[in-house]
Amino acid sequence: MDVTFLLQLIINGLVVGSIYALVATGFVIIYKATSALNLAQGEFLMVGAYICLNILTKHQIPFWQAVLITFAFSALLGVIIERLILRPLIGSHLISVIMVTLGLSSVLKALIQLAYGTDTIPFPEVFPSDPVQIGPIPVSQGYLYAIACVTILVVLLTSFFKYSKIGVAMRATASSQQVALSMGISVKMMFAISWAIAAIVSAMGGILLGTIRGGIDMSLSFMGLKVLPVVILGGLDSIIGAIVGGLVIGILENFSGGYLDPVVGGGAKEVAPYVALILILMFKPYGLFGKKKIERV
Amino acid sequence: MRCGDFKTSYTADMTIFESRTARIMLVFFLCLLFSLPFYTPGFLLDIVNRIGIAIIGAVGLNILTGFTGQISLGNAAFMAIGAFSCGYLSTKFNMPFYFSIPLSGVITASFGMFVGIPSLRIKGLYLAMATLAAHFIVEFIIVKWESVTGGVAGLSIPTPKIGDFAIDSDAKLFVMIFVIAVLAVLFAKNLFRTKVGKAFVAIRDQAISAEVMGVNILKYKLLSFGVSSFYVGVAGALVAYQAKIISPETFPITVAIDYLGMIIIGGLGSILGSIYGAVFITLLPELLRMLTTSLSGTFPELINKLAAMKELVFGALVIIFLIFEPNGMAARWHSIKNYWKLYPFSH
Repeated sequence: MDVTFLLQLIINGLVVGSIYALVATGFVIIYKATSALNLAQGEFLMVGAYICLNILTKHQIPFWQAVLITFAFSALLGVIIERLILRPLIGSHLISVIMVTLGLSSVLKALIQLAYGTDTIPFPEVFPSDPVQIGPIPVSQGYLYAIACVTILVVLLTSFFKYSKIGVAMRATASSQQVALSMGISVKMMFAISWAIAAIVSAMGGILLGTIRGGIDMSLSFMGLKVLPVVILGGLDSIIGAIVGGLVIGILENFSGGYLDPVVGGGAKEVAPYVALILILMFKPYGLFGKKKIERV
Repeated sequence: MRCGDFKTSYTADMTIFESRTARIMLVFFLCLLFSLPFYTPGFLLDIVNRIGIAIIGAVGLNILTGFTGQISLGNAAFMAIGAFSCGYLSTKFNMPFYFSIPLSGVITASFGMFVGIPSLRIKGLYLAMATLAAHFIVEFIIVKWESVTGGVAGLSIPTPKIGDFAIDSDAKLFVMIFVIAVLAVLFAKNLFRTKVGKAFVAIRDQAISAEVMGVNILKYKLLSFGVSSFYVGVAGALVAYQAKIISPETFPITVAIDYLGMIIIGGLGSILGSIYGAVFITLLPELLRMLTTSLSGTFPELINKLAAMKELVFGALVIIFLIFEPNGMAARWHSIKNYWKLYPFSH
């Protein structure tokens, strides 16, 4: 076995996986706080990438400022969506919530398509492109920056949930809405904030993908579906699970791309995460870190 | 003057037609429906045929999702299985359509039941994800299994024939599709007057209570998957005969979402609702196309945006219906009808 090839696959897997982890974190935050399954997560990612692209190309401002403005827009989008679409559906049947996010994903995709068309738009080069040598293999600097960005964001999120008042209130809401309400926490506010955070982390994922790929198009929205195996592997209600799951699925995907695709002739990379999803559901339906639910009459 | 619906017996509650007028109206409607090919131009009939297929598929999905409460995002894959088994049977074995359609239904049903097995253990959103994963896996298999499915190039389907009589025009296809559609709707409507149908509804409403009452949950969930995927498989087989060429791209995940949209907009847990939804969602892109062509003089760039417009309107409608009329068009129609029945003294 070629070690360099293996390492290359692992590094690619870690980069893609870290972005999966980011988007999955947003997914898990929404699920934990509101028990809604957000199938429009991929569209959040896409919208974030397009907003950032727009800011970067129209107004020549530094990258980090553009990212902050994108975050603000995404947060606003998340809050508006929660207020207008998800809140009226609180307490309704699961299929309504799933379907409403599917409808939302249609709307967001259509709006982006109307505004930007379906062609791939080049993303401005943000990180220096010349590769760095790590051991035997060259790694693009963009990859390293991407991993660094994800790590920073995850650390920020973790400390937010651990130390800030709002973060603690959100955790309280997730563990019991009734108790949280009686302690004077506005559960509605927490719902809105969780959607905002989910939109922000997805937007970051979109921006990073844009810089890594060098261009963005409608296919970014498929990331939302790719995230499902990740959250199932990690456990739907675990942020650590989302991160571990993201990295594992990212590596798995690249391994099957590297080793299976030449055998079956392409396509294995795309389908492998879903095979994993089915297997996990069969043998460990609550994932690695998920809370087991016990039903009693 | 009547002031409401007061039923005094179960028979009255279970009856399909509330009055003789309703029965006569239905016969009248069916006559009107089957006279359509005589005066409808071909391109419109093509749309009508697609509506017929959509009705079969939507009723099938509604049996599973609306009546049994099992969310399935895999119905595009089921449809593909129906279409490709029909294609395989009719190209490789020269099977006539009256065997190949039911047989592809059976093949799809057995596959659906296989996918349904985990549904006893996993439910709700886990099931939604499992069926979604099943979709991508089936898609992959269809692309790869070239000896049966033709791979990326797909299959071209021979014209269906009865003896020497070829069903080669839209009008003849219309009869074939709508005979099946009417039978399918009738069967579904009656299914929910039987023990099996009631077991489905009981599982949806309270699975645990249903189990306590003696409903074998696994058996009826699997049965529901089976019946539902039979319908979807038949719809897929008809798509194959209508489209004449099928490829893996004929059944993308958006088809599954469209069908879910149909039953949401039409009405979950309502046969009539599935019909409304199927008609509406199939007509939607055509109406938008007409609108954009008529406006193309003033806004020439509109035509390029048709696909996006369709998706926008579809998504917005799904959201609006879920927020304002979660029981769909069927419920809205019911309340409008009741309002006028009692006008001007409702309440």
